[in-house]
Parts: sequence; C-alpha cells; structure tokens
Amino acid sequence: MSNVTSDPVFTRAGRHLAQNPMIPLVVFLLVLVAALEIMRPGIVTPFRAGRDGIISTFWLGNLIKFAIPLAMLAACQVLTMLTAGIDLSVGIIATVAAFVCATLAGSLGTTPAVLIALLCGVTTGLVNGFGVGIVRVHPLIMTLGTGLIATGCLQVYQRLVINAGTEIPTFLSWLGTGRTLGMPNGLFVFIPFAAFILWLMRHTGFGRLLFALGSNENAARLSGVRGWQVYLALYALSGLIAAVAGLLYLGMIRQPSLSLANPLLLPSAAAAVIGGTSIFGGRGSYAGAIVGALILRVLDTMLTLLQMPEGARTALFGLIILAVTALYVRITGSR
Amino acid sequence: MSDTPLLDATGVAKSFGAVKALTDAKLSLSEGQVVALMGANGAGKSTFVKILTGALKPTAGRVLIRGQEARVGSPAEARRSGLVPVYQEPSLIPDLSVADNLKLGDTPVAPFRAWLDELGIENLRLTDMIADLPLATLRILDLARALAAEPDVLLLDEMTAALPTNLVENVLKTVRARADAGMGVIYVSHRFTEISTLCDSATILRDGRTVGELPIEPGVEDRAVELMLGAKIDLGKRKAGAARLNTGTPRLSVQSVAAAPKLTDVSFDLYPGEVLGVVALEGQGQDELFDVLAGFAAPTAGTLAVDDRPVGFNHPADAIAEGITYVPGNRADALLSQRSVRENIALPFAARIANWGPLKRRYEKERVDYAIEKLQIDTRAQGEVQRLSGGNQQKVTIGRWIAKGVETLLLFDPTRGIDVRTKRQIYPLVRELAGQGAAILMYTSELEEIPLACDRCIVIFNGRVVDMIDAADADEQTLMRAAYGLTEAA
Repeated sequence: MSNVTSDPVFTRAGRHLAQNPMIPLVVFLLVLVAALEIMRPGIVTPFRAGRDGIISTFWLGNLIKFAIPLAMLAACQVLTMLTAGIDLSVGIIATVAAFVCATLAGSLGTTPAVLIALLCGVTTGLVNGFGVGIVRVHPLIMTLGTGLIATGCLQVYQRLVINAGTEIPTFLSWLGTGRTLGMPNGLFVFIPFAAFILWLMRHTGFGRLLFALGSNENAARLSGVRGWQVYLALYALSGLIAAVAGLLYLGMIRQPSLSLANPLLLPSAAAAVIGGTSIFGGRGSYAGAIVGALILRVLDTMLTLLQMPEGARTALFGLIILAVTALYVRITGSR
Repeated sequence: MSDTPLLDATGVAKSFGAVKALTDAKLSLSEGQVVALMGANGAGKSTFVKILTGALKPTAGRVLIRGQEARVGSPAEARRSGLVPVYQEPSLIPDLSVADNLKLGDTPVAPFRAWLDELGIENLRLTDMIADLPLATLRILDLARALAAEPDVLLLDEMTAALPTNLVENVLKTVRARADAGMGVIYVSHRFTEISTLCDSATILRDGRTVGELPIEPGVEDRAVELMLGAKIDLGKRKAGAARLNTGTPRLSVQSVAAAPKLTDVSFDLYPGEVLGVVALEGQGQDELFDVLAGFAAPTAGTLAVDDRPVGFNHPADAIAEGITYVPGNRADALLSQRSVRENIALPFAARIANWGPLKRRYEKERVDYAIEKLQIDTRAQGEVQRLSGGNQQKVTIGRWIAKGVETLLLFDPTRGIDVRTKRQIYPLVRELAGQGAAILMYTSELEEIPLACDRCIVIFNGRVVDMIDAADADEQTLMRAAYGLTEAA
C-alpha cells in the first residue's frame, strides 16, 4: 500500500522539480555557501568578522564580479546547446577581443578599438555559422577548428604589435573593477544582457526556432524553417557575446595575454549543463546557467581555501561537475 | 526426399504491448516449393517475416525447420538452420568493398561470382565500394550472396521492387531453377504477374492471421483480393454526391514527375475544392511523390505548376510559400515531442526571418485556439506533445496547417495507427476544408477511406499512375484490384 502511494508522490515530486529545475539548483548553491561559511567562519556572514550587513557585500560582490564573464560565456553555450550544438571558440574569441582592444586603444582611441574587437567576435561567429549551417560540419569540430585558427592568428598579430604596448580603456576598468553600492559595475552590462537573453529565448520567434531545431530539425524544416539562416545568426550572436565578455574580463584582469579568457571555456559549458541545459538540444534555461556559474565560482573559492595543489584542485573540480550533473539528472529524470 | 516440410510455422502470434500484430499466422513450405506470402498493408506481413528470420521472437506458436523446433533467436541462428533472407533494403555495409562485405558474412567468393554471372551482373570488381554501386546492383549482390550460402529456405521480401525488367526476369528464372533443384522459397510480393510465373501457391494474411492457402491457377487473383479484404470496421458513411465537375485552372498540376528510386512517371491535376485520393500498395513511389510535392526532394524529371505557373522547390519553405503544406506519414518527423501543443501548432508562424522578432501573442493564440477547437485536440497534457495519444498527436500535425490557413494540403496516410473515433473526426474535417476551397491530396493505406473522404482517386502501381477512379465507383474490390495492377487497361 505504501508503495502504491509513495511512488506517485515521488514521481510527482520529480516531475515538479523537472519543471522547476531552479529549485534544486538554488538549494545546492545555498548549501555550498553554508559549507564555505563553516570552513572559514566569517567569510560570508560579517557579524563575526565585523563587516557590514547580514551578508558581506564585499564577498557577495566579489562572487558576482567573477561570475559575470563566466555567465556571459555560458549564454553562448546555452543558446548553441539548444540546437544540439556547442561553441568551443568562445574562450579564444573573448581573448582575441580583449587583446585586440588593449593593443589598439592607445593608437585608435577607445570606441574604434572596441568596435574592431566586437567585429572580430562576430566574424569568427559567422564563420562558425557558415560551417555549421551551410557546410553542415558538426558544431564541435567547426568551433574547435575556428578556435585554433583564431589562436594562430592572435599569435601572428601579437608579433605585429609587439612594440605598440597595451592600454586598458578607462571605461572598461570602471566596468571591471569599479563598484556601486558595493556591487560590481559589471552588473550594468550583465543585468540588461541577461534580461535580453531570457527575453530572446522565451518571447521571440528566433528563440522558438532554437528550441525547435534542437528538438526535431526535420519538423522545423517541414514547417518551413530554413535551418542555415538560424545557425548563421545564432553563431554570429554567440561570437558577439563572447567578444563582449572578453572586453569585460579585460577590464577586470587588466593584463591582456594570449590566453586571457581561455580557461573560462570549459567552465562555461559546465555552467550551462549544471543549469539544466541538455547538450542533446531542445531543453535549456539561461536562469539555470547563471546559477550554474555562481555554483562554479563558489566551488572554486572552496577549493582555493582548502589550499590544495593545483592538480588536485582541477581533478576535484571535474569530479564535482560530474557529480552535480549526475545528481541533477537523477532528480529530474532529464538529460 | 522425406515428407516432412522444410519449414512449418503454425499458430504464430506476436503482440507489441496491447497491439496484436499477429494472432494466428501459419505457413508451410516443402522442398522445391515457392510460396507467395501476401497481405494488404498492416496485415502483419513484416512481423511474420521478422519472426521467420529470427529478428523477432513470437509470443506464441512455433516454427519447425525440417521437423525440428527452430529456436530461432537471432538472424544468425536462422541462417545456421538454413534460412537466408533477402530484403528490399540491401543489407550491405556501404563503406566497405564488395570483397570485405563477403568476408563479413563468410561468403565463398567463387560461387558468389557464379551466381552474379547467372543473374546477369557483369564487370563488377570485388574491390568496388558498395556505396558507389547502383541500388539495383546491390539487390542482386544480396541475392547472389544468399544463394552462395546454399540455403534450404530462401526468403525474398519485395526484392524485385524497382528492379529493371531484365533483372527481374533473371531473378525469377534463377530462383525458379533453384527451387526445381530442391530449395524452398518464400516470396513476399505485391505483384501478381511475378507470383503467377514463379510461385506454386500463395499464403494470404489478413488482420494478423492466415486466411487462405491458394494454389496458383488462372483466376487466383480475384480469390486472393477477396481474402485480403475480408470484413472491415464500419467507419461511418458519407452520401456519395454527384461527381464533381472540375473546371478552371488546377491548383496543382503534376506532369510526368519522376523521382529516385521508385517514382517513374506520375501526372495529375488537383483542383481547388477537391479531395484527390492516392491509392497504392506500400513502396510504389507514393513516398517519393509526396516528398517532391512538399519540397523535400527534387524530382529527376517532370514539371510542377501551381495555378498554371511552373514552380520548383528547393526547400519545404518554397512549397509553403506556394501554399502547399504537408502532413507526413510519420508523426515523429513532424512533432517537437518535448514541446507544448501550442508551440507545435504555432511553429510555422516563426519560420520566416521577418517573424524572428517578438512573438505576436494575441494573433498566435487566436489562430492556435481556432485550430484546437476545430480539431477538438485534447490539451490536458499541455506540457509535452509526446504524452498525447497517437490520434491527438496527428491532430496537432494537421492543426498546425489549419492554424496557418490551408490552400493545398498533402496528407500522407493521416489515419495510420489512430483510433476509430479520431478517424471519424478526420474525414468530415477533410471534407469541410475542401468545401472551403482547399485542394487536398490524400494518400491512404486504408482503402475504405477513399469513398469516405475523396472525390476521386488515382492509383499508383510500380511508380506510375495506372488508373483514375471516381469515388462513386471506388468500392474496395475495385481499388484493391487496381492497386495490384489488375485493371483491364494495365
């Protein structure tokens, strides 16, 4: 009898969670924050350390600040994963945009430098979209390829501008390092950005086509959708987002290098997957990916606090991503 | 030679969940005998073939090979017990050479070559890649490979479909010669001409059971058609009105259209306000015809015209721009299974770049509500279309075009696998759309639907239109005979 009654309750709970994947994600984030507080009392709740408010705005601001570029790159992954794709070139696109902007800002001025940087991102994205949508190369291969080409081009470019020196536009420094009411100025870019992505996914024809192509490309074709147009626009948008994220990251780190944003690539994909986006297409949520990015940042802080050697940290990081994803799949019964 | 039959299947039944595909099928085959296995679409032929070849396990019944219970658990076991099948779709690996494919099946090369010569395939090199060879050649390769294995029982499943005539002759001659030498042959086919030259008897399946074993003699065609029809469920009635007089310009004009592999020459005109039925046995070219009309495939010959303007389609979007919308036979091809009913119905609204911007919620809701109400779609399972019943899923695929507005509608077997109640809703709807001026082309595998929904129908056999029948004359007997290419004219 108990089996008969408890089983539907359990599946109903599972289905409820599947429809509201934010609940377990936010709970998990809070659990991690609590664990962090236990490991290092006072880091989150300032009344022990004597800082402001109930929760340390300094700590929270820092968490958000470093989560922003990650969450922006995660948007690239969410959007492409909706169509059963992925964009492995976003890390290098961000790096290229940052490097190009920093080297040109001194000679050309801020606005042209920023525009050229963004153009680099869109161009790479268009090449991706051409390969995926028209030549029909698998997105994994296509974006890996353009990523490598961009890496090579960046090295050649660096030779050319080796004596030019770099300059970080003050506007980007302000966005990257400045704070307003304790919160990072990056939010001035990120909040409108996130609102745009959420709106794009839920309330536009384009967003609907992303879901449609990922669920059943054939059905979309039957309904008159020309897939290549969507892929071209999608990967160009992804490239643009990556370039914007790269500029923001430049203002934050203020030290352009040839591999500036590259380490963000795999975490960006992980944030999307943790946030409930299916790499098989047709299912995904950007709100989830934002929480996913926050979760990854908190995890990173924890592992740093544990003062583990770099190798062990990376390994543990991978293990935790796998565990979180497996747990999520188990709870919601989705992929 | 003994009296024990080579192969003896009795009481074979197979259920897939609640669906009974086979209830009581039997087939007996002696040495030197060629038995035709016949049945209308959905009679259970493919399931029976799969059980005989070991691809499926029966839920009841037994298959004896040479009097021994065959524990046919897999195609490999069936092969070992001496039964070798050749299917309509070649079972060769495209990216390997002929020789490598032979090695995979442990086929001896010398007899394989001998059979190829016998079947009339010359200048084939064993180093040729399978992917580079024409389809007809692949079929013959499959047969030669099967013969080289020296089977006791050879099962040929529609293997002559789309073969050129000279090759068909070679196949029939060779198979007959092997049978005269003692091999047993099961010949699955729709073609009476081939059956009457090759076979000794015909086993007829209907609704999952064997309803007759007929010796092949003059006049067997009529008896076979009668057995295949049997009694049918009453699907409601429609008063046969006066035959429509089609005047003016046709909405869609199809001239001598051909498409690989099976469509050779089809012409017809489809007028506004008319429902034109398409009758064909499985695989006579109707799939290719609908793909061409819907913009999924390009024709290899012939022309299309909409309202007397010549048109060519590179993409379904081109066909939709001309008002031609398509409900495919396989619902899984048409639905976003994880998305909602509304999103599925509204999908075409977002297709064009001009509509990529903000969704026009109010307009969309109006149109979708209209379609949902018109079709009485059960929307209780709002979340995901995959939770709906087959009938409701089919309504969603049709509703998509009702919401968009129907000009020319292509329906490919719209009632396949759905319940009687939904079927009864679909015919009047089709009539109503035509009444409002839509032109509708409807292929159906269920002949009794033709007089219910159509004004007239064309019959396609072997890639060509062989007959045109008015709904008033379209009783099942006539249709079935025509579908088997048995009309006087043919």
